[in-house]
Amino acid sequence: MVNLGEAWTEKFMEENPSVAIAVTGGGSGTGIAALINKTTDIAMTSREMEEKEIKLANENGVYPVEINVANDGIAIVVSPQNPISKLTLKQLSDIFSGKITNWKEVGGEDTRIVALSRDRNSGTHVFFLENVVKLGNKKNKEEFAKDVLMMPSSQAIVEEVAGNSEAIGYIGLGYLNQRLKSIAVAKDDASPFILPGEESVTNGSYPIARGLYLYADRNPGMDARNFIDFALSKEGQQIVKQMDFVPLKKI
Amino acid sequence: MKNRYLEPLIEATIFLSGLIVILFVVLIFVFLLRESIVFFTNQNLLEVLSGKDWYPISDPPRFGFLPLIMGSLFVTLGAIVIAVPLSMAAAIYISEVSPRRFKNILKTGIELLAAIPSVVLGFIGIVALSPFIKNIFNLPSGLSALTGSIMLAFMAMPTIVSIIEDAITSVPRSYKEGALALGATHWQTIRRVILPAAFPGIIAAVMLGIGRVIGETMVVLMITGNAAIMPTSILQPVRTLTATVASEMGEVIHGSQHYYALYGIGLVLFVITFFVNLTADIFLHRKRYR
Repeated sequence: MVNLGEAWTEKFMEENPSVAIAVTGGGSGTGIAALINKTTDIAMTSREMEEKEIKLANENGVYPVEINVANDGIAIVVSPQNPISKLTLKQLSDIFSGKITNWKEVGGEDTRIVALSRDRNSGTHVFFLENVVKLGNKKNKEEFAKDVLMMPSSQAIVEEVAGNSEAIGYIGLGYLNQRLKSIAVAKDDASPFILPGEESVTNGSYPIARGLYLYADRNPGMDARNFIDFALSKEGQQIVKQMDFVPLKKI
Repeated sequence: MKNRYLEPLIEATIFLSGLIVILFVVLIFVFLLRESIVFFTNQNLLEVLSGKDWYPISDPPRFGFLPLIMGSLFVTLGAIVIAVPLSMAAAIYISEVSPRRFKNILKTGIELLAAIPSVVLGFIGIVALSPFIKNIFNLPSGLSALTGSIMLAFMAMPTIVSIIEDAITSVPRSYKEGALALGATHWQTIRRVILPAAFPGIIAAVMLGIGRVIGETMVVLMITGNAAIMPTSILQPVRTLTATVASEMGEVIHGSQHYYALYGIGLVLFVITFFVNLTADIFLHRKRYR
């Protein structure tokens, strides 16, 4: 998501040479912490702010406003050598929580499953935990199994899945390439299996999708306001598409 | 005239610089303690240190440090077991056997190893070493404690080699001459006289190597798999103390228990490296005053 922020900033500063914007990565939490501590004007996140964080911000005199600026689908990927091509959310939950450990239990070959996850510094990890492993139910006690490998970046997951026919992982749509096979996912047994893609994410039929947000104080500076408007403009949304995320509306 | 004022001034400046460094160490320790005290007052220390579950973002969160401590120990032990024999052999060769003109080339070469950025070693580990380890041992994934250990051994070797080499070189010449005069062969002299005399230096080298390895972050984050299991074999993935702090600090909710728990990990790491370095220091000094 840092890449998207940088692309927006580049274009925005080209059009408004008097404005200087610095983009820093580090994860959604880093951005939110900076917003709370007033060291940034805009925080870019791939998850919604937690109540606790909003409270902390209020105590510091910051009143964050949430703006949905783009969407992102999370693709489940395996090696092209793996015969599996579709899974339900429940099966995914069982795989990542360690209840299913062999591919034959979901109709594949008799080999063990190597599950790969992003590490806890990633907004994607939290999103996947809440919406897939816990199946969207906050009270659900399921967790990532202890032996799920925690990878430091999406690229690391791509490398490992591409070279390991027993591996399964999840990545943003932008990271899909020829060396990986994405899995069609169904919300439950009665629902159809849907492949991730721009259209299925925008129309909401693909079950593992999320919003990307900008957070700013309710009284942002003029420049911050202009930047947010820019992100939502046709030009800004075009950049969203170029960066392999999914625009709010079909362009 | 000029020197009378200048010299005390320079002395005072140097003295002050030394004091400032110590002050920084103390301040870092105080800072770590202050941030982690919040965590340790809310949690039972014994439960944290013996807890086997590391689920910091669950509800309720579980902060068991044991898998992380074990992870660090496995990787460090593996690295030391690989690095120490190789370093010993290299140091003995450089200081006792190698012809003079090779000596400098070898020393520079080994020290150059320390100049490789750890992220580069990590990258080599992912693309070259990890698939190799996976195939040899038929593992589900090449991201394992062993992979990390091998890469870390490379990082520890320059330190260990140069300190052992120093220790061997500083064994008084008369010891060696005495042994040879008594009819001992070169190898007997090395094994029975030089190595025992250099022993405290060797221990110090090993300890400093441990200190170097246990604090390393980038390599282990990239190639050890980071799964917080209780490891029973070096072929399993592990999650180390350093990798946990590095990867979770970015996304942690400020002011939460998890945030303070990461400082708690930092404190545990600080205490471990402090004692490792202290041991190294004791051995280095023992050598000097004997």
